[in-house]
Amino acid sequence: MRKTLFKNFVNPPLTIAGPSASPEAIAELAAKVDGTARKKLGRSLSIREVDAGSCNGCELEIHALNNPIYDLERFGFRFVASPRHADVLLVTGPVTANMCEALARAYNATPDPKWVVAAGDCACGTGVFAGSYACAGATGAVAEVVPVDLHIRGCPPTPMALLSGLLALLQASEGKISGALKT
Amino acid sequence: MHSAASLGEIVARGKAVGNHRPWPRAVLDANAWRDAIARIAETDWTLLGLWGEAAAVHMALHDEAGGEIAILSLECPDGHFPSLASVRPSAIRLERTAADLFGLVPHGSSDSRPWLDHGRWPITHPLGNCIPAGGAARPYPFLAAEGEGLHQIPVGPVHAGIIEPGHFRFHANGETVVRLEERLGYVHKGIESLLVGATVERASQIVGRVSGDSTVAYAFAFARAVEAAAGIEAPARVQYLRALMAELERLANHFGDIGAICNDASFSLIQAHCMVSREMILQASEACFGHRLMMDRIVPGGVACDLDPKGAARLAALAGALGRRYAEFFELYDNTASLLDRTESTGILSSALVRKFGAGGFVGRASGRGFDARRHPGYPPYGDLEFDVAVRNDGDVNGRLLVRGAEIQQSLGLITQILDRLPSGPIRGPNPAVSAESEGMAVVEGFRGDILVWLRLREDGRIARCHPRDPSWFQWPLLEVAIEGNIVADFPLCNKSFNCSYSGQDL
Repeated sequence: MRKTLFKNFVNPPLTIAGPSASPEAIAELAAKVDGTARKKLGRSLSIREVDAGSCNGCELEIHALNNPIYDLERFGFRFVASPRHADVLLVTGPVTANMCEALARAYNATPDPKWVVAAGDCACGTGVFAGSYACAGATGAVAEVVPVDLHIRGCPPTPMALLSGLLALLQASEGKISGALKT
Repeated sequence: MHSAASLGEIVARGKAVGNHRPWPRAVLDANAWRDAIARIAETDWTLLGLWGEAAAVHMALHDEAGGEIAILSLECPDGHFPSLASVRPSAIRLERTAADLFGLVPHGSSDSRPWLDHGRWPITHPLGNCIPAGGAARPYPFLAAEGEGLHQIPVGPVHAGIIEPGHFRFHANGETVVRLEERLGYVHKGIESLLVGATVERASQIVGRVSGDSTVAYAFAFARAVEAAAGIEAPARVQYLRALMAELERLANHFGDIGAICNDASFSLIQAHCMVSREMILQASEACFGHRLMMDRIVPGGVACDLDPKGAARLAALAGALGRRYAEFFELYDNTASLLDRTESTGILSSALVRKFGAGGFVGRASGRGFDARRHPGYPPYGDLEFDVAVRNDGDVNGRLLVRGAEIQQSLGLITQILDRLPSGPIRGPNPAVSAESEGMAVVEGFRGDILVWLRLREDGRIARCHPRDPSWFQWPLLEVAIEGNIVADFPLCNKSFNCSYSGQDL
């Protein structure tokens, strides 16, 4: 183990530069920023991931955010184990009829102020399972069950797409987006 | 019937179904179906799958020693069929699913509780004689455990980590698990319903998302089933490129799993290294095939994109680099006593149960069942390639981890062979068209085990019925057994060493 640890000290870090905040996400969030959220959330956001029916493809890429290459934590994000500890619900879908109540309960258990991010085409209501009897509402979109602040598309969204969406969220929570709009 | 009838003789007793390829399908009458069940009780034939239709039920059987595969069908106009559960307990959840989706009642089953239907759908029997339902949740009677000092621990459907939803009900005595019961179905998306009437192209996308981590293997199996129904074989280059993608997918998942198992034993250093290896594979997959998970790259009749020489060179270099990385962290694993202390003799699964359930993949192979669909029944191009099937007999978390490790080495060897021998030629064959109703089945080895896809094409080429069967169907029930007598704190470790798909079994 010493050999491996020593190599890690002398080798350059594997982490790549982060993307800039997604312009689409900034546009979507601009309308939703409010001052109290900014004051309370500060510089760091805790994320609770809720799989409300996905094929697990989105989970694989959300997992990748934690690897040494994307290293989500350097931006102030961390994944937490309970919605009660979370500022952000990162929801993948389609929301199935069998998961509707669990998602609503996770949402209600998350303290205000909170953000909901719908990740992946299914969560946005445009995936291949839309229209099934087993999905919530007409499309299984997360927005059919709980209010959504930000949509990140892709099947599945790449770690870079997830990262640039979440970075826009961080800026919004810091008030940078509304500040930019005022000037 | 002759008391020791072979699978072929049972098939011969029924009415053969034309246009079913590559294995025979026979429609039995009720007596022959009952005789077949009695015969199965005496044999070690594996149940490959059991699925319903509006007024029929089908089971796929594999006589591994005799090398025979066949599908037996029973028409059930009265909405019930004699259950297989008493001779093959692996059928129980499949039969409960047939009851939920089609309203077909298995007579003689020990478990009549609904499985996928939690009472929340707007209809009941969505694929059968469907009727509007209330959409309100029904209480679910969990199996009891009685004794002094027992308590229950309910977990899920929403779990603490970034994983899929499902409910686990533990009965524990202090730290020791007395009984675990799974309740799944939370991510039921109505996949089989969506497939009815879909075009082959659309169905390929849906089946490719039955379980996202196995998207290549599912698309591979679906393409082969369509091609079987149409009576065509894909061109040689296609076969090799499909296998190349399938091995990359296996590698990415095995690296991810090994890292996650070590992480659940709180050894995050190996996880960090495994996650980097996984990311290297995903980035190479995107560069070579245009998608990190290679979704929708395998299509019926061919593959969606070719591999250029630059991509081939990148993959050859990747295989070399991964081999070196694997050797490094394997040494670390093998020399860390505190980690081995967690994985060795934890969550032991017996060989007898693995065989009884026909559990495939690393779950089966770590408990002495050497089945690998790439070998038997086999499919191109694996017949031309050299690889060993890793089998161990320890059956614990360590065994399942080491089988994955051995498979990483085999897959690296396969990738090198595929790149060396990649035939030239087209990447699309003739369009798989049919002129009459046709049926096809395929079995493909995903990273998790054997995936079965059975389908019937309508005369117009669209899907009449398609059933994708995930390997998890036969692994989930065994997790309940493997955890018995272990401590609750070792459940994440055991669960990760199985890594069953929720989405794959919930459909």
